[in-house]
Amino acid sequence: MALLELHNLKKYYATQKAVDDISFSIEKGSIFGLLGPNGAGKTTLLRMITGIFFPDEGNLMFDGRPFDPIKDIGNIGYMPEERGLYKKMKIGDQALYLAQLKGLSKAEAMSRIKEWFLKFEMQTWWNKKVEDLSKGMSQKLQFVTTVLHSPKLIILDEPFSGLDPVNANMIKDEIYKLSQQGATIIFSTHRMEQVEEICDHIVLVNKGKKILDGSVQKVKNDFKENLFKIRFANRLMPEHLAIHLFEVIKTGEQELVLRKDAAYSNNDILQYFISKGLAVESFNEILPSLNDIFIKLVEGTPTARQFQPLTA
Amino acid sequence: MNKIGLVIQREYLTRVKKKSFLITTILVPLIIFGFYAAIIAVSISDSSESAKVAVIDDAGLFKSPGQKDNIIYTVVTNETEESFKSKYKKEGYKYFLYIPKVDINNPKGINIHSESSVSISIKSKVEKIINNALEAKRLEAANIKADQYKAINADVSIGNPLDSGKESVTTAATVVSGVCGVLIYMILMIYGTMVMRGVMEEKISRIAEVIISSVKPFQLMLGKIIGIGMVGITQFAIWLILIFALLNILPFVFPSMAEHATQAASASQANSAAMAGNLGASLRALPLGLIVVCFLFYFMGGYIMYASMFAAIGSVISEDQQEAQQLVFPVIMPIVFGFIIMTKAVTDPNSGLAVFGSLFPLTSPVVMMARICFDVPAWQLITSMVLLVLGFLFFTWLTAKIYRTGILLYGKKVTWKEMIKWLGRKA
Repeated sequence: MALLELHNLKKYYATQKAVDDISFSIEKGSIFGLLGPNGAGKTTLLRMITGIFFPDEGNLMFDGRPFDPIKDIGNIGYMPEERGLYKKMKIGDQALYLAQLKGLSKAEAMSRIKEWFLKFEMQTWWNKKVEDLSKGMSQKLQFVTTVLHSPKLIILDEPFSGLDPVNANMIKDEIYKLSQQGATIIFSTHRMEQVEEICDHIVLVNKGKKILDGSVQKVKNDFKENLFKIRFANRLMPEHLAIHLFEVIKTGEQELVLRKDAAYSNNDILQYFISKGLAVESFNEILPSLNDIFIKLVEGTPTARQFQPLTA
Repeated sequence: MNKIGLVIQREYLTRVKKKSFLITTILVPLIIFGFYAAIIAVSISDSSESAKVAVIDDAGLFKSPGQKDNIIYTVVTNETEESFKSKYKKEGYKYFLYIPKVDINNPKGINIHSESSVSISIKSKVEKIINNALEAKRLEAANIKADQYKAINADVSIGNPLDSGKESVTTAATVVSGVCGVLIYMILMIYGTMVMRGVMEEKISRIAEVIISSVKPFQLMLGKIIGIGMVGITQFAIWLILIFALLNILPFVFPSMAEHATQAASASQANSAAMAGNLGASLRALPLGLIVVCFLFYFMGGYIMYASMFAAIGSVISEDQQEAQQLVFPVIMPIVFGFIIMTKAVTDPNSGLAVFGSLFPLTSPVVMMARICFDVPAWQLITSMVLLVLGFLFFTWLTAKIYRTGILLYGKKVTWKEMIKWLGRKA
């Protein structure tokens, strides 16, 4: 069952169509990736989902009912990309304030904060001020304040930026845990390797339009190019390759990357090499990375370069 | 769910708990108190300065030497100005007053010799004695008796009955009006800019969007304005209490000062006592109830109206302090304009400019407070209040639109043109 359904959402500004007729739905308990280059309309979309903006047209269904910004706001935890905390406020007070704004009672908020602080080894921070925290530490605090009120829908915009691998893993584990406990998570990022690792389902938007929608597996299958990598125990000879079954992409001494002709099955390929007396060590299909798919889809637009592999 | 309440609470508590709040709130009255005490202390030390003066009186003006106003006069005989000039210090005098034989209608050549310059107060005391003596001599020469002269001396005080039959209250009214106007002006400036800084802090620290995902922008803006307004009320209340308390304990801290005060009072009874009495009476004649009610009304209306404008300005500033100064100028202008009208209104409360200023909602909080003691016609007061309520609703509605858009906008310099465009925009 879908927790959130977007039907033909539109939001136009004076100079641009920020969101132009986008529809999709998000399954309860899934981890959903919302992807797109900067300026694609992601933030506007997220702001409509969090009730900050009203759509010009279209409607939202939350948990089977029409979305009510006032009531449902307590069921959503939003960590925006442009995020911060009150620099001069004590960390404990800050978490308490944000939790109370989400509708928790003071006592309830208090006990949950203690629980989360214990989990993230932050117990000693209570009286510190945010300005005394490192960026990673304040990211952790930001995450805690986002999920403190056990929202049904958690929206994380670039949640790992500024986190070292240890803390990023810590938060990743918590995201999995929350998902298993039934929370639905929208994950918005540029980091494709994280999307591949974490998300079940993705939507790609560009220039206000949805250009891709599906499970990670399905998207990869849709864009696969029948590439296979074979490793042999013996040396590969040029005469082995002169055949119509496949096109050779790359050869190594004992290794071969080929594009299979769609008319033949995998078994046909294997049988061919076995019949040539070669011992097959491994045989793998090469699926395209999401990164490759996105570069392909967004290519030609000036923002495409953002999808070049990041080294960070 | 009372989210505005939570916002108000946070805005209020974080400011009131700050060390700088405590320091300014307690230090300011202490400084005022210290200033006051210093003035009194200086005036006491000055008048209690006792000096010994040697007098050579060839004109016979000093009939009864001795002590007067803390100065001890001793008449010296058998000396001349030249001969005694070099001796008076050795004989233990601080000053040496020489009065030659003078024509009472054209006295010349009266000198006080001293090592360093004679203080103005001593000089004026000595001059007073000589003037009195000369006056007496002149009266005698003109054959006028002293009590006759006293009877001739005129000292008129003009009454100012109003057509309405009430007594006018000019002096006290001017003072109270000026103070009220300045207070409102200060409140608008100090706490208005405090609201602006608060909004800027939220935007620059990037917490605005986090909060906006739980609270409506208007709730956040209103909560901040009310919270800071309450900080202002708290601060003013503490100041008033502290100043009042300090003024009351003053006589116990400086017993000599109290003594001096009673002395001074008995010395120059007639004039100042009468004046103080008049002032007290006219203060009592002021419509104090009306003043307090109007002060609260114009304080709230004016503060909320201007604070919402300051909040809107704060919301469009991304990082730059200089940008803030440019944008805030059009908001500060009408307040300053109101202040200028107020200074006129205090002296001429019923001029056309003053009436306009007290009706126009952007200037009325400052200007009307300056007119309130001068029997403002009821229709003007009611019109002014209605206009202020309308103005404050209008500007809050307008600025909320700018605020809502501005608070979520990053890394972009906003122009007035764009802000005006936002006014027509839906949420």
